[in-house]
Amino acid sequence: MMGTLAHSTAAGPPSVNPGTTPERVLPKLKISHLNFFYSAYHALHDVELEIAANRITALIGPSGCGKSTFLRVLNRMHETVRGARVSGEVLLDSEDALAMDVSKLRRRVGMVFQKPNPFPKSIFDNVAYGLRVNGTRGSARLQEAVEHSLKRAALWDEVKDKLHKSAYALSGGQQQRLCIARGLAVDPEVLLLDEPSSALDPIATAKIEELVFQLKQNCTIVIVTHNMQQAARIADDTGFFLLGKLIEFDKTEKIFKTPAKKETEDYITGRFG
Amino acid sequence: MTRHQWRKLVNAVMFSITAACAAAAVCVLFWILGFLLWNGGKSLNLSFFTQLPKPPGEVGGGMANAIVGSAQIVLIASLMGIPIGFLGGIYLAEFGTGAFPFFVRYTADLLNGVPSIVMGIFAYAVAVRPMHRFSALAGGVALSVILIPTTIRTTEQFLRAVPQMLREGALALGASKWKSIATVVVPAAVRGVATGIILGIARIAGESAPLLFTSFSNQYWSTSLNQPTASLPVMIFTYAISPYADWHRQAWAAGLVLLALMLLLNISARLVLSPGAPRN
Repeated sequence: MMGTLAHSTAAGPPSVNPGTTPERVLPKLKISHLNFFYSAYHALHDVELEIAANRITALIGPSGCGKSTFLRVLNRMHETVRGARVSGEVLLDSEDALAMDVSKLRRRVGMVFQKPNPFPKSIFDNVAYGLRVNGTRGSARLQEAVEHSLKRAALWDEVKDKLHKSAYALSGGQQQRLCIARGLAVDPEVLLLDEPSSALDPIATAKIEELVFQLKQNCTIVIVTHNMQQAARIADDTGFFLLGKLIEFDKTEKIFKTPAKKETEDYITGRFG
Repeated sequence: MTRHQWRKLVNAVMFSITAACAAAAVCVLFWILGFLLWNGGKSLNLSFFTQLPKPPGEVGGGMANAIVGSAQIVLIASLMGIPIGFLGGIYLAEFGTGAFPFFVRYTADLLNGVPSIVMGIFAYAVAVRPMHRFSALAGGVALSVILIPTTIRTTEQFLRAVPQMLREGALALGASKWKSIATVVVPAAVRGVATGIILGIARIAGESAPLLFTSFSNQYWSTSLNQPTASLPVMIFTYAISPYADWHRQAWAAGLVLLALMLLLNISARLVLSPGAPRN
């Protein structure tokens, strides 16, 4: 189903991005020796990964392979789960992400979830939420920031006349773009997307992908996806997880055309998963 | 009789029994309502709401002091009980894992089942005896002890019904846990919580046993919260067991007024919870 959509969007994200970005720059996120446990269960094994700035990094793999767990470690959402324990190092611009103030980290590393989760508030209040809890006051500033964020999330034209209506009146795809706008409002350096279009129809999915593609100009994107075509369409780099291990990480083109590992090849050619 | 006919017969019999029981339940309710309306309606007049009780033997008078007294006592109970119950409920729903929350939850359920007269004895011991007098305050303490466990449990229940992903959404934007509870979780649950609290208030407003030896009663206006204070349920009790026909008449009227107040609270609870009510 998704394959037919490969080039349906106006922005037309190419399926493989030519390497226009410099090869060696400081990574935005550097993960080393990352191990993760849910109580006794060892969910991630010694993950090593460097995520480059202003690129889209896709994480693929079968269900339960640890890709979502890995994503949630990057802004420490795993801390809401009892019994979750992490060891190793996550550096955000060479700062220790696991040791810094968690609110500060989450302002810099935003997250969009699998199912759209707007708050039961107005559209405006949803987008302004992150700014308000982080101390932004003054209606003019909020107004401006909300408009800017909704424009970045390509939702402004659809909602500008009903900013004070409930966010629940929007469609699923609009709600998800609202959640992206909400995340963008605090101007994060990194945006984590956890299967952001898995609950959406193909047209809404195409809009999200187009949007994500635009966002990488100002933001580093890490996207977990169940959908390999989606990874191939939008990602610059792709990592393949299997049974809690990062099997292979490389340019998306390399992963999909000439994977180095047998497991990767088996997965992308559909032999399992 | 064929198997098919037998099945149809069983079906019809069971349907009739359940319908008859449902009708019986409604009948009892309407019987009570009718009785109250008939007897109370006959005795209700304007002076019931405006005048003080008359001494026995004199016809007429009203229960203005008991209406105000009930309102005072319920208000005191609410001011003490709602904050404790509400915040305790937040604790149970949002921070409640481990032995202590289990203990709190269990105790709240146990407290819910304690007969209300026992709450009265408790309030007598902790409020009336140290103060050396019956008072509206002591009555408020007794009723708040009844209000707290119901408020705790309903608050917890409605907060738990808020989807986890809303909490995560708030946390992911850099909100602290407390901020996410105050600005997202509680607002999302506020209508359910408010309904539960209103129903809790309706319940304590009709309690007489805990007030018998805490707020006691008063034939006159109470000039401070520190005095014995009249309340509708206690007045009903005192007047109904008296030997005077006119007092019986007034007890019916008081019963009707109390019922009307309950109905009002119940309807407002329904309105709060109805899908048509404005959201945020």
